[in-house]
Amino acid sequence: MDELLSIIVVEPDRDRAMLIVDSLRGAGDFDIHVISEVTGLARHIKSHNPDVVLIDIENPSRDMLEELTLASGPLERPVAMFVDRSADGLTDAAIEAGVSAYVVDGLKPDRVKPVLDAAIARFRMFQRMRTELAETKRALEERKVIDRAKGMLMKAKGLNEEEAYALLRKTAMDQGRRVADVAQALVTAAGLLS
Amino acid sequence: MTPTRLSVGFIPLIDAVPLIAAQEMGFAGEEGITLDLVAAPSWSSLRDMLVFGRVQAAHMLAPVPVAAALGLGGTGSAISAVSVLSVNGNTIGVSRELAARLRGAGHDFGFHDATAAGRALIAAAPAPLRIGVPFPFSMHAELLYYWLSALGLPAPQGVDIKTVPPPLMADAIAAGEIDAFCVGAPWGSIAVEQGVGELLLPTSAIWSFAPEKVLAVRTDWATAEEALLGRLIRAVWRAGRWLDEPGTRSLAAEILSRPEYLNVDAEILDRGLTGSLTISPAGDMREVPGFMEFHRGAAGFPWRSQAEWIALQLAARTGLDRTTAGRAGRTTFRSDIYRAALGGTKADLPGASSKLEGALEAETAVASESGRLFLRPNLFFDRRIFDPDAPV
Repeated sequence: MDELLSIIVVEPDRDRAMLIVDSLRGAGDFDIHVISEVTGLARHIKSHNPDVVLIDIENPSRDMLEELTLASGPLERPVAMFVDRSADGLTDAAIEAGVSAYVVDGLKPDRVKPVLDAAIARFRMFQRMRTELAETKRALEERKVIDRAKGMLMKAKGLNEEEAYALLRKTAMDQGRRVADVAQALVTAAGLLS
Repeated sequence: MTPTRLSVGFIPLIDAVPLIAAQEMGFAGEEGITLDLVAAPSWSSLRDMLVFGRVQAAHMLAPVPVAAALGLGGTGSAISAVSVLSVNGNTIGVSRELAARLRGAGHDFGFHDATAAGRALIAAAPAPLRIGVPFPFSMHAELLYYWLSALGLPAPQGVDIKTVPPPLMADAIAAGEIDAFCVGAPWGSIAVEQGVGELLLPTSAIWSFAPEKVLAVRTDWATAEEALLGRLIRAVWRAGRWLDEPGTRSLAAEILSRPEYLNVDAEILDRGLTGSLTISPAGDMREVPGFMEFHRGAAGFPWRSQAEWIALQLAARTGLDRTTAGRAGRTTFRSDIYRAALGGTKADLPGASSKLEGALEAETAVASESGRLFLRPNLFFDRRIFDPDAPV
């Protein structure tokens, strides 16, 4: 039996880190460390001497890991970005999901696959959550602007709420624009004129 | 006809401006293409986005395609530099504490003499001198190694050059993780503005005409999409020419300052674009002619000799065979593709594809297609000349 695969997860957010660790534990028996500090990242990783390093692609500290790809001493094992592109398009899937994996040279793909599969699934979920959050935020912002524009129209033209919205919608349709954009234009213009 | 869309990745830095101007000022449109500009979080991510086809072209550190050809970093996929996007533009800065020590020892922060600045730095700095750079495969790293080893401070014994993403550079200095840094604009000016550092030297004082960023594409894509790539190269060339016209750089600073690009105050961007730098929180100013070039002196031409210089530097510090490395490295700068794309346009192209690096004291006329091409001064600070046909 091989030794336990040792994995380092670089993730500053504690909750996210816990979720990743849980997913990995579900995929097999691994020796997992989480590093949340970016200071001296390459040095910390080197001292753990892991087989696999997982990091969010969005994390700018990822560039620090590039140093690991240069073995600076004869006893060090060079770390390579997971290069086996033929293995089920695993790397493409990882990049798509927003996770970068650095894997020690010479590690067999079948040992790494469950790790990456679990990480990819988890990161896909993060990505969905990120998109949902951004969408919700945008929708809320737009709602606020539309409400303000409605209020302005009701006051200026003596309309009720329904009529004010109908006017916004009609203008938007006539101009081939979104209601939110028309509302924004009205709010901006009113701001300039006041 | 609907324009063809191309996704192009960039890192939010001033020297991404030829790509941004190509799109914003309509040069891409003239070629029937639309550039979808995608900001990337790190150089390694951008390289992978390029390799895995998330973007078709990328703003890239000049040594990255060379390093890939040498099997250093990344996935080993072949990347071609089809044009040089910018020449020079980085600054070396030191912590406030080290700046005070330099001043105390009588250094004048003259900002042009690399020998004087280097000697003063070596004398004043702790051992080993720790310097942050954005990426292991960067002109920042190569120029630092070249400069300090020529002055008698060899790596890795005397100097520890480590990767620190520029947005974290200020924290790293504050935390005492590094003593100095070498970064691209606007990060040097931002460090000054935040009061954490002072600028010591522009890297143009080490090599006066150093390729900095390149336009990178996958080598197989360059072959498969030759016509489309030609349109991209021409659009970027026109953007570079536009940036060289008087008065355009302030407008460029305004465009770059937008949230979707750099999201940095236009005044700070203007410093890098015009080479008029504030080097200390006390407000000392220095003018650096040619701080960042996009066009003059055939700046966009990807010289094989530039790639070979980078390859030999990389080989020397990673212990690779120099002959093999030089041969593999030089082919990543695709003067052939650049020539094919710009043949028949107003671009005046040099007759040769390789040249002596570091051999021009002054602006010099060279053989070219229309005979009106002048190359800019090209000197190393130690007056060494790099001859690609007889590399030492």
